[in-house]
Amino acid sequence: MLAKRIIPCLDVRNGRVVKGTNFEGLRDMADPVDMARFYNESGADELVFYDITASAEGRGLFTDILRRVASEVFIPLTVGGGIRTLDDFDRVLKCGADKVSVNSGAIADPSIIGAAAKKYGDQCVVLSMDVKRVDGQFRLFAKGGREDTGIDAMEWAVRGVGDGAGEIVLNSIDTDGVKNGFDLEMLDTLAARVSVPVVASGGAGNMEHFAELFAHPGMDAGLAASIFHTKQVDIRDLKQFLRGKGVEMRL
Amino acid sequence: MTAIVDYGVGNLFSLSSSLRALGVETEITRSAARLRAADRIILPGVGAFGDAKEKLASTGLVPVLLEAAEEKPLLGICLGMQLLFEKGFEYGEHAGLGLIPGVVADLRNDLEDSALKVPHMGWNRLEIVTDDPLFRYFRDGEYVYYVHSFYAKDCAESTLGVSEYGNVRVTGAVRRGNVWGTQFHPEKSGDAGLRLLRAFAEL
Repeated sequence: MLAKRIIPCLDVRNGRVVKGTNFEGLRDMADPVDMARFYNESGADELVFYDITASAEGRGLFTDILRRVASEVFIPLTVGGGIRTLDDFDRVLKCGADKVSVNSGAIADPSIIGAAAKKYGDQCVVLSMDVKRVDGQFRLFAKGGREDTGIDAMEWAVRGVGDGAGEIVLNSIDTDGVKNGFDLEMLDTLAARVSVPVVASGGAGNMEHFAELFAHPGMDAGLAASIFHTKQVDIRDLKQFLRGKGVEMRL
Repeated sequence: MTAIVDYGVGNLFSLSSSLRALGVETEITRSAARLRAADRIILPGVGAFGDAKEKLASTGLVPVLLEAAEEKPLLGICLGMQLLFEKGFEYGEHAGLGLIPGVVADLRNDLEDSALKVPHMGWNRLEIVTDDPLFRYFRDGEYVYYVHSFYAKDCAESTLGVSEYGNVRVTGAVRRGNVWGTQFHPEKSGDAGLRLLRAFAEL
Protein backbone atom coordinates (compact mmCIF):
# COMPACT_ATOMS: atom_id res chain seq x y z
CA MET A 1 0.00 0.00 0.00
CA LEU A 2 1.01 3.63 -0.38
CA ALA A 3 2.95 5.12 2.48
CA LYS A 4 1.61 8.25 4.15
CA ARG A 5 3.78 11.22 3.22
CA ILE A 6 5.62 13.71 5.42
CA ILE A 7 6.26 16.96 3.58
CA PRO A 8 8.33 19.91 4.76
CA CYS A 9 7.27 23.16 3.20
CA LEU A 10 9.79 25.85 2.34
CA ASP A 11 8.54 29.40 1.83
CA VAL A 12 11.18 31.17 -0.18
CA ARG A 13 11.62 34.91 -0.37
CA ASN A 14 14.61 36.62 -1.95
CA GLY A 15 16.49 33.34 -1.99
CA ARG A 16 15.92 32.48 1.68
CA VAL A 17 13.46 30.23 3.52
CA VAL A 18 11.01 31.99 5.78
CA LYS A 19 8.07 30.98 7.95
CA GLY A 20 5.78 33.22 9.91
CA THR A 21 2.95 32.71 12.36
CA ASN A 22 -0.55 33.36 11.03
CA PHE A 23 1.14 34.67 7.89
CA GLU A 24 2.51 37.69 9.75
CA GLY A 25 6.00 38.59 10.92
CA LEU A 26 8.05 36.55 8.45
CA ARG A 27 11.26 35.26 9.95
CA ASP A 28 14.41 34.27 8.05
CA MET A 29 15.49 30.64 8.42
CA ALA A 30 18.05 29.20 6.05
CA ASP A 31 19.40 28.49 2.61
CA PRO A 32 16.81 26.56 0.57
CA VAL A 33 19.31 24.27 -1.16
CA ASP A 34 20.95 23.32 2.16
CA MET A 35 17.55 22.70 3.67
CA ALA A 36 16.38 20.56 0.73
CA ARG A 37 19.50 18.43 1.04
CA PHE A 38 19.01 18.11 4.80
CA TYR A 39 15.34 17.10 4.46
CA ASN A 40 16.11 14.58 1.74
CA GLU A 41 18.66 12.96 4.02
CA SER A 42 16.21 12.95 6.92
CA GLY A 43 13.65 10.99 4.89
CA ALA A 44 11.20 13.65 3.69
CA ASP A 45 8.85 12.09 1.11
CA GLU A 46 8.42 15.21 -0.95
CA LEU A 47 9.36 18.89 -0.76
CA VAL A 48 7.10 21.85 -1.31
CA PHE A 49 8.56 25.20 -2.31
CA TYR A 50 6.43 28.33 -2.22
CA ASP A 51 7.77 31.36 -3.98
CA ILE A 52 6.56 34.28 -1.87
CA THR A 53 8.59 36.87 -3.75
CA ALA A 54 6.81 39.70 -5.46
CA SER A 55 9.60 41.01 -7.69
CA ALA A 56 10.79 39.71 -11.04
CA GLU A 57 14.30 39.59 -9.65
CA GLY A 58 13.14 37.36 -6.79
CA ARG A 59 11.36 35.13 -9.29
CA GLY A 60 14.57 34.56 -11.21
CA LEU A 61 16.38 33.76 -7.98
CA PHE A 62 13.65 31.25 -7.13
CA THR A 63 13.85 29.31 -10.40
CA ASP A 64 17.62 29.23 -10.02
CA ILE A 65 17.25 27.71 -6.53
CA LEU A 66 14.72 25.22 -7.85
CA ARG A 67 17.09 24.11 -10.59
CA ARG A 68 19.88 23.63 -8.06
CA VAL A 69 17.64 21.61 -5.75
CA ALA A 70 16.36 19.43 -8.61
CA SER A 71 19.94 18.73 -9.68
CA GLU A 72 20.77 16.99 -6.46
CA VAL A 73 17.60 16.03 -4.62
CA PHE A 74 15.74 13.19 -6.31
CA ILE A 75 12.36 13.09 -4.61
CA PRO A 76 9.12 14.71 -5.82
CA LEU A 77 9.15 18.50 -5.77
CA THR A 78 6.03 20.63 -5.68
CA VAL A 79 6.23 24.30 -6.48
CA GLY A 80 3.74 27.07 -5.82
CA GLY A 81 3.48 30.81 -5.43
CA GLY A 82 2.73 33.24 -8.22
CA ILE A 83 1.42 30.57 -10.60
CA ARG A 84 -1.13 32.30 -12.82
CA THR A 85 -0.61 31.09 -16.38
CA LEU A 86 0.49 28.04 -18.34
CA ASP A 87 3.79 29.86 -18.90
CA ASP A 88 4.29 29.83 -15.12
CA PHE A 89 3.69 26.06 -15.10
CA ASP A 90 6.15 25.68 -17.91
CA ARG A 91 8.78 27.82 -16.21
CA VAL A 92 8.88 25.74 -13.01
CA LEU A 93 8.40 22.34 -14.66
CA LYS A 94 11.45 23.00 -16.83
CA CYS A 95 13.46 23.66 -13.68
CA GLY A 96 12.67 20.26 -12.21
CA ALA A 97 9.29 20.63 -10.47
CA ASP A 98 7.03 17.57 -10.63
CA LYS A 99 3.83 19.16 -9.40
CA VAL A 100 2.65 22.74 -9.53
CA SER A 101 0.41 24.23 -6.93
CA VAL A 102 -2.13 26.94 -7.77
CA ASN A 103 -3.93 29.06 -5.20
CA SER A 104 -4.72 32.74 -5.85
CA GLY A 105 -3.99 32.19 -9.54
CA ALA A 106 -6.90 29.73 -9.75
CA ILE A 107 -9.19 32.13 -7.87
CA ALA A 108 -8.34 34.88 -10.35
CA ASP A 109 -8.79 32.52 -13.32
CA PRO A 110 -10.32 29.11 -12.53
CA SER A 111 -9.73 27.90 -16.12
CA ILE A 112 -6.01 27.57 -15.35
CA ILE A 113 -6.75 24.25 -13.56
CA GLY A 114 -8.37 22.58 -16.54
CA ALA A 115 -5.89 24.01 -19.02
CA ALA A 116 -2.89 22.83 -17.00
CA ALA A 117 -4.41 19.39 -16.33
CA LYS A 118 -5.01 18.91 -20.03
CA LYS A 119 -1.47 19.93 -20.92
CA TYR A 120 0.53 18.31 -18.11
CA GLY A 121 -1.83 15.71 -16.62
CA ASP A 122 -3.99 15.75 -13.47
CA GLN A 123 -1.13 14.43 -11.35
CA CYS A 124 0.79 17.62 -12.03
CA VAL A 125 -1.86 20.06 -10.82
CA VAL A 126 -2.22 20.70 -7.10
CA LEU A 127 -4.99 22.95 -5.83
CA SER A 128 -3.83 24.72 -2.70
CA MET A 129 -6.43 26.43 -0.54
CA ASP A 130 -6.25 28.75 2.47
CA VAL A 131 -9.45 28.23 4.41
CA LYS A 132 -11.00 29.86 7.46
CA ARG A 133 -14.32 29.53 9.27
CA VAL A 134 -16.59 32.51 8.63
CA ASP A 135 -20.26 32.53 9.71
CA GLY A 136 -20.32 28.76 10.15
CA GLN A 137 -18.94 28.20 6.65
CA PHE A 138 -15.53 27.04 5.44
CA ARG A 139 -14.55 30.08 3.47
CA LEU A 140 -11.87 30.27 0.77
CA PHE A 141 -9.31 33.02 1.30
CA ALA A 142 -7.03 34.60 -1.29
CA LYS A 143 -3.73 36.48 -1.26
CA GLY A 144 -1.96 34.37 1.33
CA GLY A 145 -4.96 34.28 3.64
CA ARG A 146 -5.59 38.03 3.72
CA GLU A 147 -8.72 38.29 1.60
CA ASP A 148 -12.10 36.58 2.06
CA THR A 149 -13.34 35.55 -1.39
CA GLY A 150 -16.84 34.74 -0.13
CA ILE A 151 -16.51 31.35 -1.86
CA ASP A 152 -17.45 28.11 -0.06
CA ALA A 153 -14.13 26.25 0.15
CA MET A 154 -15.63 22.77 -0.16
CA GLU A 155 -17.55 23.71 -3.30
CA TRP A 156 -14.35 25.23 -4.65
CA ALA A 157 -12.43 22.00 -4.03
CA VAL A 158 -15.08 19.84 -5.70
CA ARG A 159 -15.06 22.11 -8.71
CA GLY A 160 -11.25 22.11 -8.85
CA VAL A 161 -11.10 18.32 -8.80
CA GLY A 162 -13.78 18.17 -11.48
CA ASP A 163 -11.61 20.46 -13.61
CA GLY A 164 -8.57 18.22 -13.19
CA ALA A 165 -6.74 19.06 -9.95
CA GLY A 166 -4.99 15.84 -8.91
CA GLU A 167 -4.33 16.71 -5.29
CA ILE A 168 -5.48 19.25 -2.71
CA VAL A 169 -3.42 21.00 -0.09
CA LEU A 170 -5.75 22.31 2.60
CA ASN A 171 -4.22 24.94 4.81
CA SER A 172 -6.44 25.90 7.72
CA ILE A 173 -5.89 29.54 8.63
CA ASP A 174 -7.67 28.82 11.93
CA THR A 175 -4.97 26.37 13.05
CA ASP A 176 -1.96 27.66 11.10
CA GLY A 177 0.95 28.65 13.32
CA VAL A 178 -0.98 27.82 16.50
CA LYS A 179 0.63 24.36 16.88
CA ASN A 180 -2.39 22.78 18.51
CA GLY A 181 -2.81 20.12 15.84
CA PHE A 182 -4.22 19.88 12.32
CA ASP A 183 -7.76 21.05 11.62
CA LEU A 184 -9.27 17.58 11.56
CA GLU A 185 -12.85 18.76 11.30
CA MET A 186 -12.09 20.84 8.22
CA LEU A 187 -9.94 18.08 6.69
CA ASP A 188 -12.58 15.38 7.22
CA THR A 189 -15.18 17.59 5.58
CA LEU A 190 -12.93 17.95 2.55
CA ALA A 191 -11.93 14.26 2.35
CA ALA A 192 -15.61 13.28 2.32
CA ARG A 193 -16.15 15.47 -0.75
CA VAL A 194 -13.18 14.67 -3.01
CA SER A 195 -11.53 11.52 -4.33
CA VAL A 196 -7.99 12.88 -4.82
CA PRO A 197 -5.17 12.86 -2.24
CA VAL A 198 -5.54 15.39 0.56
CA VAL A 199 -2.47 17.05 2.05
CA ALA A 200 -3.09 18.51 5.51
CA SER A 201 -1.41 21.79 6.36
CA GLY A 202 -1.54 24.16 9.30
CA GLY A 203 -1.30 23.40 12.98
CA ALA A 204 1.30 20.66 13.41
CA GLY A 205 3.06 21.26 16.73
CA ASN A 206 4.37 17.83 17.70
CA MET A 207 4.62 14.20 16.58
CA GLU A 208 1.33 13.22 18.19
CA HIS A 209 -0.50 15.64 15.89
CA PHE A 210 0.63 13.60 12.88
CA ALA A 211 -0.54 10.38 14.55
CA GLU A 212 -3.97 11.99 15.09
CA LEU A 213 -4.02 13.11 11.46
CA PHE A 214 -3.28 9.69 10.00
CA ALA A 215 -5.82 8.01 12.28
CA HIS A 216 -8.38 9.74 10.03
CA PRO A 217 -9.07 7.89 6.78
CA GLY A 218 -8.60 9.91 3.62
CA MET A 219 -5.52 11.77 4.85
CA ASP A 220 -2.57 11.11 2.58
CA ALA A 221 0.07 13.52 3.73
CA GLY A 222 0.98 15.98 6.45
CA LEU A 223 2.75 19.19 5.59
CA ALA A 224 4.53 21.48 8.04
CA ALA A 225 7.23 24.11 8.08
CA SER A 226 8.34 25.67 11.32
CA ILE A 227 8.44 22.54 13.50
CA PHE A 228 10.80 20.96 10.96
CA HIS A 229 12.82 24.11 10.26
CA THR A 230 13.47 24.73 13.96
CA LYS A 231 14.36 21.03 14.38
CA GLN A 232 11.71 20.79 17.06
CA VAL A 233 10.60 17.64 15.23
CA ASP A 234 13.09 15.51 13.30
CA ILE A 235 11.51 13.84 10.27
CA ARG A 236 13.29 10.53 10.78
CA ASP A 237 12.18 10.37 14.45
CA LEU A 238 8.65 11.34 13.39
CA LYS A 239 8.50 8.56 10.81
CA GLN A 240 9.81 5.98 13.28
CA PHE A 241 7.22 7.14 15.80
CA LEU A 242 4.38 6.90 13.27
CA ARG A 243 5.46 3.49 12.04
CA GLY A 244 5.39 2.38 15.69
CA LYS A 245 1.76 3.53 15.75
CA GLY A 246 0.97 1.34 12.73
CA VAL A 247 1.07 4.09 10.09
CA GLU A 248 2.73 2.97 6.83
CA MET A 249 5.89 5.03 6.46
CA ARG A 250 8.81 4.97 4.04
CA LEU A 251 11.91 4.58 6.20
CA MET B 1 27.15 7.10 -23.23
CA THR B 2 23.56 6.74 -22.05
CA ALA B 3 21.02 8.27 -24.40
CA ILE B 4 17.68 9.62 -23.19
CA VAL B 5 15.17 9.63 -26.02
CA ASP B 6 13.72 13.11 -26.49
CA TYR B 7 10.37 12.84 -28.27
CA GLY B 8 8.59 15.82 -26.76
CA VAL B 9 6.80 14.18 -23.86
CA GLY B 10 7.67 14.88 -20.30
CA ASN B 11 10.34 16.62 -18.44
CA LEU B 12 13.80 15.21 -18.73
CA PHE B 13 15.48 17.54 -16.25
CA SER B 14 15.33 15.22 -13.22
CA LEU B 15 16.22 12.11 -15.19
CA SER B 16 19.29 13.63 -16.81
CA SER B 17 20.29 15.28 -13.50
CA SER B 18 20.06 12.00 -11.61
CA LEU B 19 22.26 10.22 -14.13
CA ARG B 20 24.77 13.07 -14.05
CA ALA B 21 24.77 12.96 -10.24
CA LEU B 22 25.79 9.31 -10.60
CA GLY B 23 28.63 10.31 -12.92
CA VAL B 24 26.97 8.66 -15.93
CA GLU B 25 27.72 10.31 -19.26
CA THR B 26 24.28 11.27 -20.54
CA GLU B 27 22.85 12.75 -23.70
CA ILE B 28 19.29 13.86 -24.39
CA THR B 29 18.73 13.23 -28.07
CA ARG B 30 16.34 12.58 -30.93
CA SER B 31 19.08 11.69 -33.37
CA ALA B 32 19.04 8.14 -34.77
CA ALA B 33 22.83 8.25 -35.11
CA ARG B 34 23.30 9.17 -31.45
CA LEU B 35 20.93 6.39 -30.36
CA ARG B 36 22.92 3.94 -32.50
CA ALA B 37 26.15 5.20 -30.91
CA ALA B 38 24.81 4.94 -27.35
CA ASP B 39 25.83 2.14 -24.98
CA ARG B 40 22.34 2.08 -23.55
CA ILE B 41 19.06 3.91 -24.05
CA ILE B 42 16.38 5.24 -21.73
CA LEU B 43 12.85 5.81 -23.02
CA PRO B 44 11.07 8.21 -20.65
CA GLY B 45 7.49 9.44 -20.87
CA VAL B 46 4.54 11.02 -19.15
CA GLY B 47 1.05 11.68 -20.46
CA ALA B 48 -1.34 9.43 -22.36
CA PHE B 49 -0.36 6.25 -24.20
CA GLY B 50 -1.81 7.00 -27.64
CA ASP B 51 -0.52 10.54 -27.79
CA ALA B 52 2.98 9.51 -26.69
CA LYS B 53 3.11 6.63 -29.17
CA GLU B 54 2.11 8.98 -31.95
CA LYS B 55 4.81 11.47 -30.97
CA LEU B 56 7.42 8.73 -30.78
CA ALA B 57 6.36 7.42 -34.19
CA SER B 58 6.57 10.90 -35.70
CA THR B 59 10.24 11.16 -34.74
CA GLY B 60 10.96 8.17 -36.97
CA LEU B 61 12.89 6.55 -34.11
CA VAL B 62 10.72 3.46 -33.65
CA PRO B 63 12.77 1.24 -36.02
CA VAL B 64 15.96 2.50 -34.35
CA LEU B 65 14.62 1.53 -30.91
CA LEU B 66 13.47 -1.90 -32.12
CA GLU B 67 16.90 -2.52 -33.63
CA ALA B 68 18.67 -1.21 -30.49
CA ALA B 69 16.60 -3.52 -28.27
CA GLU B 70 18.29 -6.46 -30.00
CA GLU B 71 21.78 -5.37 -29.06
CA LYS B 72 21.93 -3.09 -26.02
CA PRO B 73 20.14 -2.32 -22.77
CA LEU B 74 16.95 -0.29 -23.15
CA LEU B 75 15.03 1.01 -20.13
CA GLY B 76 11.49 2.39 -20.34
CA ILE B 77 10.33 4.54 -17.44
CA CYS B 78 6.67 5.12 -16.48
CA LEU B 79 4.80 5.72 -19.75
CA GLY B 80 8.07 4.77 -21.48
CA MET B 81 7.71 1.32 -19.90
CA GLN B 82 4.08 1.07 -20.93
CA LEU B 83 5.00 1.78 -24.55
CA LEU B 84 7.19 -1.35 -24.56
CA PHE B 85 4.08 -3.55 -24.41
CA GLU B 86 1.83 -4.75 -27.20
CA LYS B 87 -1.22 -2.63 -26.55
CA GLY B 88 -2.54 0.20 -24.43
CA PHE B 89 -6.19 0.98 -23.62
CA GLU B 90 -5.93 4.63 -22.57
CA TYR B 91 -8.50 6.66 -24.57
CA GLY B 92 -9.08 3.85 -27.09
CA GLU B 93 -6.87 0.98 -28.18
CA HIS B 94 -3.33 1.75 -29.31
CA ALA B 95 -0.46 -0.44 -30.47
CA GLY B 96 2.73 -0.24 -28.42
CA LEU B 97 6.24 -1.23 -29.48
CA GLY B 98 5.51 -4.91 -28.82
CA LEU B 99 8.88 -5.60 -27.22
CA ILE B 100 7.27 -7.22 -24.16
CA PRO B 101 4.13 -9.39 -24.28
CA GLY B 102 1.27 -7.90 -22.27
CA VAL B 103 -1.20 -5.01 -22.27
CA VAL B 104 -1.59 -1.70 -20.44
CA ALA B 105 -5.00 -1.35 -18.79
CA ASP B 106 -6.94 1.01 -16.54
CA LEU B 107 -6.05 0.40 -12.89
CA ARG B 108 -9.48 1.66 -11.80
CA ASN B 109 -11.24 -1.24 -13.59
CA ASP B 110 -9.32 -3.82 -11.56
CA LEU B 111 -9.45 -2.18 -8.11
CA GLU B 112 -12.18 -3.67 -5.93
CA ASP B 113 -12.03 -0.94 -3.27
CA SER B 114 -13.50 2.22 -4.78
CA ALA B 115 -12.07 4.26 -1.88
CA LEU B 116 -8.57 3.69 -3.30
CA LYS B 117 -7.45 6.70 -5.23
CA VAL B 118 -6.40 6.71 -8.88
CA PRO B 119 -3.81 7.83 -9.96
CA HIS B 120 -1.77 5.44 -7.83
CA MET B 121 0.47 8.26 -6.64
CA GLY B 122 3.11 8.12 -3.96
CA TRP B 123 5.63 5.79 -2.36
CA ASN B 124 4.99 2.06 -2.45
CA ARG B 125 7.15 -0.97 -1.65
CA LEU B 126 8.67 -2.84 -4.57
CA GLU B 127 8.61 -6.56 -3.93
CA ILE B 128 11.17 -8.40 -6.03
CA VAL B 129 9.65 -11.46 -7.72
CA THR B 130 12.56 -12.33 -10.03
CA ASP B 131 16.09 -11.40 -9.14
CA ASP B 132 17.90 -9.41 -11.81
CA PRO B 133 21.11 -7.40 -12.30
CA LEU B 134 18.88 -4.29 -12.21
CA PHE B 135 18.45 -4.97 -8.48
CA ARG B 136 22.18 -5.31 -7.80
CA TYR B 137 22.11 -2.38 -5.36
CA PHE B 138 18.42 -2.52 -4.46
CA ARG B 139 16.93 -4.22 -1.41
CA ASP B 140 13.69 -6.18 -1.61
CA GLY B 141 10.79 -4.11 -0.25
CA GLU B 142 12.34 -0.66 -0.64
CA TYR B 143 9.93 2.17 -1.45
CA VAL B 144 9.75 3.65 -4.94
CA TYR B 145 7.74 6.59 -6.27
CA TYR B 146 4.76 5.99 -8.58
CA VAL B 147 2.46 8.31 -10.50
CA HIS B 148 0.15 6.48 -12.92
CA SER B 149 -3.45 5.48 -13.67
CA PHE B 150 -2.81 2.63 -16.12
CA TYR B 151 -0.68 -0.45 -15.49
CA ALA B 152 0.86 -3.37 -17.34
CA LYS B 153 -0.84 -6.75 -17.00
CA ASP B 154 -0.79 -10.22 -18.53
CA CYS B 155 2.98 -10.03 -18.37
CA ALA B 156 3.86 -12.48 -15.58
CA GLU B 157 6.78 -13.97 -17.55
CA SER B 158 8.59 -10.64 -17.75
CA THR B 159 7.71 -9.29 -14.30
CA LEU B 160 10.67 -8.55 -12.03
CA GLY B 161 8.91 -6.66 -9.26
CA VAL B 162 5.43 -5.69 -8.07
CA SER B 163 3.78 -3.27 -5.64
CA GLU B 164 0.52 -4.01 -3.86
CA TYR B 165 -2.31 -1.54 -4.21
CA GLY B 166 -5.54 -2.87 -2.74
CA ASN B 167 -6.26 -6.17 -4.45
CA VAL B 168 -4.05 -5.35 -7.45
CA ARG B 169 -0.43 -6.39 -7.77
CA VAL B 170 0.84 -3.47 -9.80
CA THR B 171 3.59 -4.38 -12.26
CA GLY B 172 6.52 -2.30 -11.03
CA ALA B 173 9.51 -3.59 -13.01
CA VAL B 174 9.82 -5.83 -16.07
CA ARG B 175 12.47 -7.35 -18.30
CA ARG B 176 12.61 -9.28 -21.52
CA GLY B 177 16.08 -9.82 -22.96
CA ASN B 178 17.79 -6.44 -23.32
CA VAL B 179 14.63 -4.55 -22.54
CA TRP B 180 13.83 -3.35 -19.00
CA GLY B 181 11.01 -1.20 -17.72
CA THR B 182 9.95 0.46 -14.47
CA GLN B 183 6.47 1.81 -13.88
CA PHE B 184 7.79 3.90 -11.01
CA HIS B 185 10.19 6.83 -11.40
CA PRO B 186 13.70 5.81 -10.28
CA GLU B 187 14.80 9.43 -10.80
CA LYS B 188 12.27 10.47 -8.13
CA SER B 189 12.70 7.52 -5.78
CA GLY B 190 15.46 8.97 -3.64
CA ASP B 191 18.51 6.92 -2.89
CA ALA B 192 16.85 3.59 -3.76
CA GLY B 193 16.03 4.92 -7.23
CA LEU B 194 19.54 6.21 -7.80
CA ARG B 195 20.94 2.79 -6.93
CA LEU B 196 18.64 1.23 -9.49
CA LEU B 197 19.77 3.67 -12.17
CA ARG B 198 23.37 2.98 -11.23
CA ALA B 199 22.79 -0.74 -11.79
CA PHE B 200 21.23 0.00 -15.19
CA ALA B 201 24.18 2.21 -16.13
CA GLU B 202 26.50 -0.70 -15.37
CA LEU B 203 24.64 -3.21 -17.55
